[in-house]
This record gives sequence, structure tokens and C-alpha cells, in this order.
Amino acid sequence: MTTTVRTVIPKTRRNVELVLLILAVGIVLLAWVSVDLGVRETVPAQLLTVGGGLLGLTVAFHLVLRWKASYADPVMLPIATLLNGFGLVMIHRIDLSQGHTGLNSDAARQLVWTALSVVVAAVVILVVKDHRILRRKTFTAMAAGLVLLLLPLLPVIGTTVLGSRIWIRLGPLSFQPGEIAKLALTIFFAGYLVQSRDVLSLAGRKVLGFTFPRGRDLGPILIAWLVSIAVLVFEKDLGSSLLFFGLFVGMLYVATERVSWIAIGLVLFAGGSYLAYRLFGHVQQRVQFWIDPFSAESLRQSDQLAKGLMGMAAGGLFGTGLGQGRPWLVAFADSDFIFPSLGEELGLFGVFALLALYALFVERGLRTALGVRDGFGKLLALGLSFSVALQVFVVIGGVTRVIPLTGLTTPFMSLGGSALLANWTLMALLLRISDQARRPLPEEDDARTPDLPEAIATDTEVVVLR
Amino acid sequence: MSELTLTLIRLGLLLLLWVFVFSVTTVLRSDLYGTQISRRVLSKRQPEPRRSPGRQPAQPPAAKDAAEAPRPVRPGPRLPTGLVVTEGQLAGTSLPLGRGGVLIGRSPECTLVLDDEFSSGRHARIFPGPDGWLVEDLGSRNGTFLGGQKLVGTAPVAIGSVLRIGRTTLELRG
Repeated sequence: MTTTVRTVIPKTRRNVELVLLILAVGIVLLAWVSVDLGVRETVPAQLLTVGGGLLGLTVAFHLVLRWKASYADPVMLPIATLLNGFGLVMIHRIDLSQGHTGLNSDAARQLVWTALSVVVAAVVILVVKDHRILRRKTFTAMAAGLVLLLLPLLPVIGTTVLGSRIWIRLGPLSFQPGEIAKLALTIFFAGYLVQSRDVLSLAGRKVLGFTFPRGRDLGPILIAWLVSIAVLVFEKDLGSSLLFFGLFVGMLYVATERVSWIAIGLVLFAGGSYLAYRLFGHVQQRVQFWIDPFSAESLRQSDQLAKGLMGMAAGGLFGTGLGQGRPWLVAFADSDFIFPSLGEELGLFGVFALLALYALFVERGLRTALGVRDGFGKLLALGLSFSVALQVFVVIGGVTRVIPLTGLTTPFMSLGGSALLANWTLMALLLRISDQARRPLPEEDDARTPDLPEAIATDTEVVVLR
Repeated sequence: MSELTLTLIRLGLLLLLWVFVFSVTTVLRSDLYGTQISRRVLSKRQPEPRRSPGRQPAQPPAAKDAAEAPRPVRPGPRLPTGLVVTEGQLAGTSLPLGRGGVLIGRSPECTLVLDDEFSSGRHARIFPGPDGWLVEDLGSRNGTFLGGQKLVGTAPVAIGSVLRIGRTTLELRG
């Protein structure tokens, strides 16, 4: 297919970003006022200080983008700010229902994590001046990713919380290293696949119209499968296992354009799921809740999913209004079940707006992957945005009974610092790549092309649709 | 606080959320309408002087290194206006020859970014000379081949010229 793509001269659109950012913070503050009016019938006392802090923090990040990545995508930061803000508002709302206030509350802790995450994201923008330097760290990223993934299994620092061994605890601090491992492994997959995709896509035998890879090329996918099985068995973490394997298969498919990899992935996934179902009680339990959450047997064991569904039903189309529903009745209403909590109080119209924002965020990531001009950047941007998409699908699919419930965090919204930190870092990487993707080719910029007499190119750019 | 105020805030919040969603999508409209995609048609002719038909191939364009050209320029009625990748990973990709020329190589700053291990970061460039298009090897490791012969310095190219860079083959089209 011969395709020529001419792009218009890109604009930085930083001013649009600033306007959207102010709008996002304004909406979040209105939501906060709404919660406090609904629950306590007062306007929050710290509205101006906390609101100003949130605005100052995100505008500071915006200024860093103006300074160091002026062509970065203009809508990601406002979207992330809005989602993060709605998470904070809902966590605060659950706090109020349980009588937690002030510095001791979950919302205050989450606010501190938000600030920390924004600072770390800004540092990532400043330090990673070009995403291609990450390619040199391919195998470092693999080692770091595997270590982080398996860190909770260590005897002293690893802790088991509610059956899942995914936490490490160092004194008062606890952290979920798997969230950071997700980023490291995405970098590894992108670096590895951009090197070896020729072998993985060209060699092979044709069976039934599919080109199947040679036996020895199956190694990587088998290793990925075994690691995800290991996470499932030893850490009892269904969600991470699913995310990790899905991410690898997705990136493998995009890198090689071979449908057979998806077929192999699905067969391995089906086999793994069946084995897990037969061997582990907690998997059977999840499937049972999924198929019939309202049966007496399911309700006796856990009424969480059923209550979440009832909460969303109570919300209806327009919701009960923030601060006027009863989302705290569901266990983990501010982390795994934050989406049903929002569904109860914002209604179908509200949660669909949030889902639309997730979709737009992922779309911007994929657009970045299309626009960037190197294979590694394409795969990295794709992997990062696909992991957000898959995570949203797994969590929200879980709480709305589309698939069995697995414990993953809702990106940007759930209570939990490590996930927030990882998601803001992920966004910083995507912004860095999108800056490269949208920046016009050097025309008068002689500094970047010192050894050429004439400025090279031009108003055209070939987007390789691979 | 009256019931009415709460209801107004509740509905206003939903409205504002959707206003936000639609403002984001409005910003993204430029992505849809900002690019022109053309298939197999190189729509714009470059505003360059055409070579008069019937010029003798024995008189190559007055480029500085033209004498080193290993292959005589085929007499063509027109100057090339585009470049098509015929072999290699990017096979099928075409790009117009803009006024500023085309830089080919692995470096992402190139106009045509090759994902080819046998090409150098900045491998070759095609640029307009006083009398037609010229190709120049930029000191690449594995060399640039023009019609099967290794290119030294600069050589003129015309419609139908075949360039090989690493495992990628390019052809100039009119």
C-alpha cells in the first residue's frame, strides 16, 4: 500500500492545554464542593489552599512542558488531572462517611502522593530528554522489571495483604513494586521486539493460512507466559498476571503483524486460565462471583460485587449526586471499587464521561505511536497506552461483571500511591515521545544539522503505518 | 443548603464534565483534518524548472562531482517528483521530493527513516542541484548504490534511477 501522509505544520497548543487544565481543576473543585455540601452542608474550609495547590502543581508541570517538551500532546495532562482529581474527591467522600478528617485521612495521603507523582513526572520529562536513550537500557529494564515483580516474594520486606503478596514494606512505607515493574517491562518489550521482530515475523511455516513461528522463536512468549504464571501462583495476583501477559502479546502482535501470535497467546492464556481455575480456590471463587453474584452461596462469601452493582443501579442515569449516595457500603469503595462509587453518585452520564476521557487518553497514546518516527518509540508508546487501556478494561470489566473481578487499580483514580506514581510516570514518557512525534522536522534549526550545508526537509513527513 | 442548589450543582457538574470531554475532542479535530492522505498519487508538482526535453545524456548537469557519476542519466522528459521504496521494510512507502530535498537514514531526524541495520544514521541525501536532482552519500558505512554501482560523492539522478541503501531499494518516480 502506497500511502503518503502530509502533515500540516504542527502547533504546540500549549495555551489550549493551560485552558483545559484550569477547566479540569475547576470541575474537580466543584465536585469537592458538591461532596461537602451533600455530606456536611458546608463549603470545604481548605478549598482555596488545596485547590490553589492542585492548580499550582499542575500548572508547574505545564510550565515544565512549555520549557522542555513544547510540542508534547496538549490534552493528556488535563485529562490525567481531571481523573486524578475525581479519584481524590471520591476518596475524600469515603473518608467523610467513615469520619476520617484532616491529615489522618486517606485523601490527605493520596494528595501527598499526587504531589509526589507530579514532581516525579516532571523530573522524568527533564531527565529523559529523548526517549531513545531508554532503548540502550533494554536489558537493564528487563532485570529491573523482573526484580521488582518478584520483590514481594522476598521473606522480610514482602507482605501478604488480603491473600495477595504484592506489597513490600519498609518501616512505615509500603509500596507495590509491580506497578513500576509494568513500566520497566514495557520498555524492555519495546527494545527487545524492535530488535527481533524480523526473525519473529518472517521465519516460520504456513499452516491453515497462518504463518506460525519456528519452535525456537517461541522462547520469549513462553518465558513471558511462565513469568505471568509465576506471579499468579506465588503472589496470587490475577490482575497483574493478566496485564503482563496481555501487554506482551499485544506488543508482539503490533511488532510482527502476525495474527498467529495472537492465536498462540490466546491458546496459552486459555490453558493457563484453565489450569489456574482447576488448581486455585480463589480463582474458582472469582469465577463463581462473576457468573452469579446474587446467589446465596456467593453472597455468603462476598457481597462486594453484588453491592457494587446495586450501587450503580441506585445511581441510575444522573446519579444520586456527590455526597448523597451510600458508596461506603461496598468494601474497598475507594480503591478497587472506586468506579462503582462514582457510578452511584455521578450516574451513567458521569461515568461515561470518565470512560470517554480514558478512551481519549489512550487514543492520544496510539496517535503518538503512529506519529513518532522510530520503531522503538512506536512500540513504547503503543505498549504504554495499551497497558492503560487493558488495565481500565480489566478493572471496569471486573466491577461491571463483564469478566471475573481481578484486583487491578483504576489508573489515576484508585487509592494507592504506587499506582499513581507509575501512571504519572507513564504519562510523562508518553508526553516525551509525543513531543518527538509532533515536533516539526528541523528546517531552519541548523544547530541540529551542523554538517549539512542546506537545511534538510521540509514540510513532508512519512508516517510509516506498520 | 436547599435541595434546588444541590440539584443544580449535581447537574451542572455532569454538564461541565461533558463540556470538558467535548473541548478535548475539539482540540483533537486538527488530527483528523490536519493531514492529507493521498494514495499512489503524488498530487503536487514541485515548482521547479523542468529540464527541456531532448537534452543529451552526454552532458550531465553541471554539478561539481558530476564527472564521477558511474551511470549516465537517462534522458527523461521530466524531473523526478517522488521517491518510492520498492524493497525493504518500508516497501510501498512513497514521499514527494520537496524543495529542501530528502535525507535518508536511520536517525529519526531523517525525512525517510529506515529501520534497516545496514544503513547509517545519516546515510544519503537527495537534493536539488542547479540542473536536476542529485544524490550524495553522506559517508555511510555500507555505501549507497546507484543502479548497482557504489556511489562516490555526488551523482545526478533521474526518473527510474534505482538507489539501494542497506536492504532498502528506492526508485525515483516522475
